[in-house]
Amino acid sequence: MPDNLLFAMEATLNGLTAGVMYALVALGFVLIFKASGIFNFAQGVMALFAALTLVGLQSGQVPFAHLINAIFGTRIHHFGWNMPTLLAIPATVLVMIGLAILVERFILKHLVNQEPIILFMATIGLAYLLEGVGDIMWGAEVKALDVGLPKGMSGAVDDLTFGWFGYGFYIDRLELWAAGIAAILVASLTIFSQYTKQGRALRAVADDHQAALSVGISLRFIWVLTWSIAGIVALVAGIMWGSKSGVQFSLSLIALKALPVLILGGFTSIPGAIVGGLIIGVGEKLFDFYMQPIIGGATENWFAYMLALVFLLFRPQGLFGERIIERV
Amino acid sequence: MLDTQSDEGYITADGRKIGGVAMEMRNITLRFGGVVAIKDISFDIRWGEIRAIIGPNGAGKSSMLNVISGFYHPQEGEVIYKGYKRPKMKPYQVARQGIARTFQNIALFEGMSVLDNIMTGRMHHMKANMLQQALWWGRASREEDENREQVEKIIDFLEIQHIRKTPVARLPYGLKKRVELARALAAEPSILLLDEPMAGMNVEEKEDMCRFILDVNDEFGTTTVLIEHDMGVVMDLSDRVVVMDYGKKIGDGTPDEVRGNEDVIRAYLGVSHD
Repeated sequence: MPDNLLFAMEATLNGLTAGVMYALVALGFVLIFKASGIFNFAQGVMALFAALTLVGLQSGQVPFAHLINAIFGTRIHHFGWNMPTLLAIPATVLVMIGLAILVERFILKHLVNQEPIILFMATIGLAYLLEGVGDIMWGAEVKALDVGLPKGMSGAVDDLTFGWFGYGFYIDRLELWAAGIAAILVASLTIFSQYTKQGRALRAVADDHQAALSVGISLRFIWVLTWSIAGIVALVAGIMWGSKSGVQFSLSLIALKALPVLILGGFTSIPGAIVGGLIIGVGEKLFDFYMQPIIGGATENWFAYMLALVFLLFRPQGLFGERIIERV
Repeated sequence: MLDTQSDEGYITADGRKIGGVAMEMRNITLRFGGVVAIKDISFDIRWGEIRAIIGPNGAGKSSMLNVISGFYHPQEGEVIYKGYKRPKMKPYQVARQGIARTFQNIALFEGMSVLDNIMTGRMHHMKANMLQQALWWGRASREEDENREQVEKIIDFLEIQHIRKTPVARLPYGLKKRVELARALAAEPSILLLDEPMAGMNVEEKEDMCRFILDVNDEFGTTTVLIEHDMGVVMDLSDRVVVMDYGKKIGDGTPDEVRGNEDVIRAYLGVSHD
């Protein structure tokens, strides 16, 4: 087999695993958009906040330590214990549920029936607020996140491909794990929404608020539920990205990478978010591989947005989004 | 002459037993800013009866239905339900008290199948908690089966077996109305509210819908409150009729009594010229 083809195959595989990471972030957007028609600009910051909280809890950091020290002249910073990961993750989930309750209580409840653009503005506000709170609560330095996921080159893939082609593919074990976890997450979300009462209520609210009320569904409860689920998805995304490149404030920018994914997959489709993520992941790796000799590197920074622009021209509703039909 | 005011209820001309008062509206006044939609209206709804609310466009009929279902909250007056004054409630709380409704402009979950739509009607009959739901454990799966059985009965009853799995968005108007009725029935409501169940239907669809409303009342004894424009339909279907005009009540009684009421003839049917 020619070397070039092998390299391309490797790039494709790497693209697939990277795409899963994009899809994870996009998934959080889709969930909230479907249930409440809100484009949640804060989704990326939620992933950051979840990761910060997880690290903070794990390392026994005192929340708001700087603030407390500044006011009371104390010098506290750590509780002096480390929380095991298995305890810290459920605790972080609880924090994200608490956040969902606060968001409903102080933002959504007061903006019922407002224009989408107003709700969007509110989530921009939420994004900056949450970023600030995360900063004050846990500090601004880059933190290493380790939840015990394996990292580095996958020896199994290397051996296997070396046996087949005489050339070992380099694939990060962390990304393989991310793919597996994302698959489980999506499968359980699908089962939950298709076959349970609350899942059905979720879809009902996404479809028609009035009708949902008339069959006895509490909108406020469903909003809390959706934001909680989006918070948990954000936590998973935060763990994956945080393990890969450390928990830092630039993590909130991965939300921007989710935008082209959403434009490809459509804002209302969970499979769309997955497929969109994979296409972007593979696309940018292959594009880089083939175009690098011609136009130089760093195409990964802009390829996704260019692809999104092309899609906006020819298929604005995305691959799986609901058809846009203008009725007159 | 029927004694429709008796406390214990009465027997209709076709031999159905009507019970005591299920719900009483007492001096309801509803305002939107300066506009008075409902002005000091009182009437009652009895167990087992088909009660119609009629009136010209803008008379306040839909507003009244929205007061009953908790979508609007009147500034004055009380709603007495099952003998107790109802506190201010959210629409979903009213629904959980056994009051189901349909809408004038069909409000179905368009993206979901007919079956799923009707299943949402059984929402508050399912008691399994979130954890059990999520893990599909304990009562969750048993409940799903039991409720599915109930829903299948209603599907048979309303003769919509053939569209069970069809996404609602693909159905024609008449069938959508029927699915909406099915969803309301799935809740096994104490009181069923129908907002213009026959609006926009052709003659055949209207006849079907009439038959279903009567059958439902006959079979399950469901107390039904309906708003309708088609006078012929109202007079055939209902046991008692409330007539509204400009937010006021101008008539209340059996179809025969209402038909003979001077105010009603003037306001709604128009003055006869022969």
